[in-house]
Parts: sequence; C-alpha cells; structure tokens
Amino acid sequence: MEKPEDLLLDIQHLHTAFRVGDDFYDAVDDVNLTLRKDEILAIVGESGSGKSTLATSIIGLHNPLNTKVTGDILYNNLNLVGLNEPIYNRIRGNDIGMIFQDPLAALNPLMRIGDQIAETLVYHTKMTKEQRDARVLELLAQVGIPNPQRTFRQYPHELSGGMRQRIVIAIAIACKPPIIIADEPTTALDVTIQAQILDLLRDIQKETHSGIILITHDLGVVAETADRVAVMYAGQMVELGTAQDVFAHPTHPYTRSLLRSMPQADADDDELHVIQGVVPSLKNMQMTGCRFAERIPWVPETAHEATPTMHEVGPDHFVQCTCYKTFHFQDEDATQSEG
Amino acid sequence: MWKTILRRFLVMIPQLILLSVLVFVLAKMMPGDPFTGMITPQTDPKQLDALRAAAGLNDPWWTQYFRWVGNLFQGDLGNSYAYRRPVTGLIGDRAVNTFWLALFTLVISYAISIPLGVIAGRFEDSNRDKAIQVYTFILLAVPSFVFLLFSLLIFGYILDWFPTSGYVSLNVDAGTPAYWLSRFQHILLPGLTAGLLSTSGTIQYLRAGVIDNTNEDFVRTARSKGVPERVVFSKHILRNSLLPIAAFMGNSITGLLGGSIYVETIFSYQGMGQLFISSIGTRDYSVITALTLLFGFLTLLGNLLSDIIMSIVDPRIRVE
Repeated sequence: MEKPEDLLLDIQHLHTAFRVGDDFYDAVDDVNLTLRKDEILAIVGESGSGKSTLATSIIGLHNPLNTKVTGDILYNNLNLVGLNEPIYNRIRGNDIGMIFQDPLAALNPLMRIGDQIAETLVYHTKMTKEQRDARVLELLAQVGIPNPQRTFRQYPHELSGGMRQRIVIAIAIACKPPIIIADEPTTALDVTIQAQILDLLRDIQKETHSGIILITHDLGVVAETADRVAVMYAGQMVELGTAQDVFAHPTHPYTRSLLRSMPQADADDDELHVIQGVVPSLKNMQMTGCRFAERIPWVPETAHEATPTMHEVGPDHFVQCTCYKTFHFQDEDATQSEG
Repeated sequence: MWKTILRRFLVMIPQLILLSVLVFVLAKMMPGDPFTGMITPQTDPKQLDALRAAAGLNDPWWTQYFRWVGNLFQGDLGNSYAYRRPVTGLIGDRAVNTFWLALFTLVISYAISIPLGVIAGRFEDSNRDKAIQVYTFILLAVPSFVFLLFSLLIFGYILDWFPTSGYVSLNVDAGTPAYWLSRFQHILLPGLTAGLLSTSGTIQYLRAGVIDNTNEDFVRTARSKGVPERVVFSKHILRNSLLPIAAFMGNSITGLLGGSIYVETIFSYQGMGQLFISSIGTRDYSVITALTLLFGFLTLLGNLLSDIIMSIVDPRIRVE
C-alpha cells in the first residue's frame, strides 16, 4: 500500500510523557503514523489532544529533564528518538523545518529579518555571506514579501503578524527540507490572512514536493488543505484516513462529533452542536479502554474494546476501538436537558 | 539616531534650569551662612555685616542667583570657605579620585554579576543557583555600611592587606610609577567591596531575564533551525536578557561618579561623596550647591545615557 521510497517519516509506537510531580504521564500514547512525500497530513484534535506534543517530539525540542520520549521516529533509516544533539541539530532546519503558531513571538526582536533567515543557512550550508544573502532575498520573494530588499534589513516589530508568519515560513523552508511541520500556523492570524498563509503553504508544498504535517484544530483548514487526516483524542490517534474519506465518511464517534460541531452555513437546522465534556487532563486520563467513552456515556460499555486497536474500515482508512460500529448521536433534546 | 539624542539633550535644558533654581533657593533657605562659624563673643556685628555685604549676601535672592549662574558659566563656582580654595578646582580633584574608584567598582561589579547571573539563570534551581541566590539575598538584606566596616576591619586592619585610608600614600612623588601603584592600592579595597555590594541587582535581573527568555518562542525557533545550544544561548537568550541591565547602565555609571558617601566616608577616600558630607558638616554652602547641582546634572545625564544605550541595543526603542 505504501511504497517505501515515498515514505518520509515512519512513527512507530511513539510515547511522549511529561513529568507531573514525580510521575510521568503520556501526552502522546502509542501513536503510529507515516508521512509520505508530496502530501499534506493534517493532525486535528481539541486543545490538549497531544497534537503539538507529537510535532515537538518529531523535531526533538522537548526539555529532556521533564519529558520522556520512547518509540521510533524513523527518518532515512535514522531513529530520531534518543538521537544525540549534534546530529539532531544537523537534521533540524535542514531536513525538518518547523513553523510555529505565534509569529509575533517566534522571531528574535533584536535580530534583523535577513539575519534570522540566514542563520539556518549558516549551520546547514557552506554558502558564503553573499550567497546566503542572495538566497534570503529569494526566499523573501518566494513567501510573498513585497519588498525583500527593505524587509531584509527590518526588525520583526516593523512587520505585521501576517508578514511575520511569512518570515517564519521562510526560515522553515530555507534549506528546502523534505519535511515541514506547521504547528497551528494560522491560529494567531485573522481570517483573510489565514487563507493567504494556507495558499502559500500549498504552493510551497507543490514546488518542493515536501511532506507537510499541518497541526490544527480548525476543520475548515483541514478540508481546504490536507490530503490525509489524523484525528487525535487524549494523546491517541482515533482515526486516520484520506481527507475525502474522513470528511465524507467520518467513522470514529469523536470525528463524527467534531464534524457535527462545525457550524454549517447551509445546514437545515440552525443548532450549534457541541461535544459534552472536555479532554481529560494528563493526570486524569484513564489508562485503559476507549478514552472517548466518558464523553459518549449513552453508548453501552460493551460497544467499546477493552484494549482499543486500530481497525481498517476502508483502503487507507483506520479507526480506533469498536464503538464506531454501534455509535449513534444522542437525541438532541436529551443532550440539551442534560447540559 | 543623532536627532533623537539631540532632542533628548534639548529637553534637558529646562530641567537643568529648574534644578539650578531649586538648588540655589534650598541652599539659601539653610540656616546660617559661611560667616556664622566665625562669630565669637568678641565679634563686632558691624564688621560681620560688612563682610556679608561685601560677599553680596544682602542682595535679593534673584540677583544672587543670576550672579551665581553667570559665574557658573565662567567655571567659577565660588570659593570654598572651609578649604579656602576655588570650588571648581576642589571638585575637579575630588572628581578625578572618584572617577578611578567608580571605574574600578563598575568593572568589578559587572565582572562578578554577569557570570553569576548567567549561571544562576541557566542552571535554575541547581545548587549553584541556590548558592548565588543566598549570596544576593545576604547582600540585599545587610546594610552596606556593615559590610564596608567589616571589610575595612578585616582586610585593612586585622590582615593588613590594604591601606586603610586616603587615596595615595604621602611618601610618594606625584607622577612616578610608585605614585600610580599607590593610588591603585588605595582603590583596591573600597572598589572590591563596593563592587561586590552592587552586584545583587544585576544578578537578579540577569537571572530572571535568562529564565524568561529561555522559554520564549524565538528561542524555540532558533533551536528548530538547528542552531547549536551554545549559540542559541549567547545569541538569542543572553542578548535579550542583557536588555534590562543596559537600561540601568547609564544611571549606574553616573551614579558612581557622584561618589558613594558610605564607601568614601568609611575608607576616608577623598572623593566627591566624602566632600559632600564634610561640606554639609561645615556649612560650606558654595560646595554644597555646586555638588547638588552636579549630582542632579549627573542623574539627568545618566537617564540620557541609558536612553542612548537602549536605543543602540534594542531596535524597538529607536525613534525615527
């Protein structure tokens, strides 16, 4: 099904645990995921579902003092988990580019834009200063900066949020990495700018044939941009499939609830559907059984698996736990009176 | 850049005028005058009046003020009644003494506080950090004159490692290498002690800055670029953490130039601070007004200097 030469990243049984007090709790629990060449893979989920933690684990930026990462993240026959820092630093920026959520904070206020982009090139290429400057100007033009020469010498505070996010993208793609991780790249931007930034990401992906992991909680963004979708809930992956499949045939109760909670302009009913309850905190996470069970209490316990596993429900479409088979939405009135 | 500095300089002029009026009026309001100390039962009041009239002390205050300002612009601050010499020359000598002590103090202070602040911030909650914290809290909690006195007692008198008073030995000729060596020996103990005492603020600011900046998003961006940790620290964390220290630097420099009253008095070091205290004691008010004016001017200059330093190191401050 997956041609090995198309495989960019192969994540196997990834656990990322954070220290709370004296104990470690899994924020990412046994995630298996692949990233292929030339695709945009969206990871969606509510806040606290572990999607950003997953991304940070891939690029190895967790503080080792309070984080434990186990499992395998295979890239080019190299396991990134437990990789020593000097080698990891050769991969960061060069093979994996990262785009962050808040462009206002993601740039060093004391450094010129040009120098911040060029810094990536300093550590990954043998370019001379002139070559680097030329490449930076090229990048600035590529990410749609109207006056690259001028922006090259500007400081972050002189640019708008959208422009700064373009700079962050320019930094991430400076070395033409095969893998780009975009961690909620549009969350801090207003809606018109969001669309521009997503267009830019898509264009870059087409040009460079890189694989992009797009982390977001915005299902609209996913529908517009992604090729494949991984849905995360409480640190576990609950559904994985092509964007078409997941949007047309959402299968896991959580995916279905998420999609139903999207406000639809053309829908017949003007009801705003919500998912009852919240994602459990790290400490209160139930360690066995289906983690979504407590938010769909009307589904009988027997519908869930004792140890949920992934089930193939279609080509390239996987769902966790058996509860999807019998799941139905609760009568809306009952939900209302309950809430 | 230069425009900003010029504009800030122009703003200083009205501040200086106000300061000079205030200083002058306050000095006038002090009880007594330079001749009060000469009064004995035999003094003829008429003779005293004649002296006062000759000194212009019976003129209205604004006449005296403008005469004072006029002289000020010619570098004439009057004569010190206590030292019987022109105030300008007196302050000039003292300023040179204080300058060397201040420079040494500042170098010692930054040489100790910057590494300690960096270590404390970088290894937050480690034993090293805790030790440094204890050190700064002791410095903050104990009055500085206690440290100065004990330092003088232990290293000056008991161990006899350093000279205990003055700014130079009496038995050396001015200008010879022995003279300069002697001057250096005399600033060692006060400079080291005062330098140590002034480290706590810088250490705390730097520590907090390093800890805050380590968790900043732009530091994560730098790491995601594959920048080695050593460079991430020096280029991204440290530079941003030094900003608050740069903000105080101007005032630190000019503040030290004003001389420390404690340090100079305890070490009998003939500098500005000691001159200030002794001139108050002897009601040598031409010296008091001159020094107060100078200290005020130094404060304004310190603010200006801080602004200039900040505009150099932080692009966000620059006003076009």
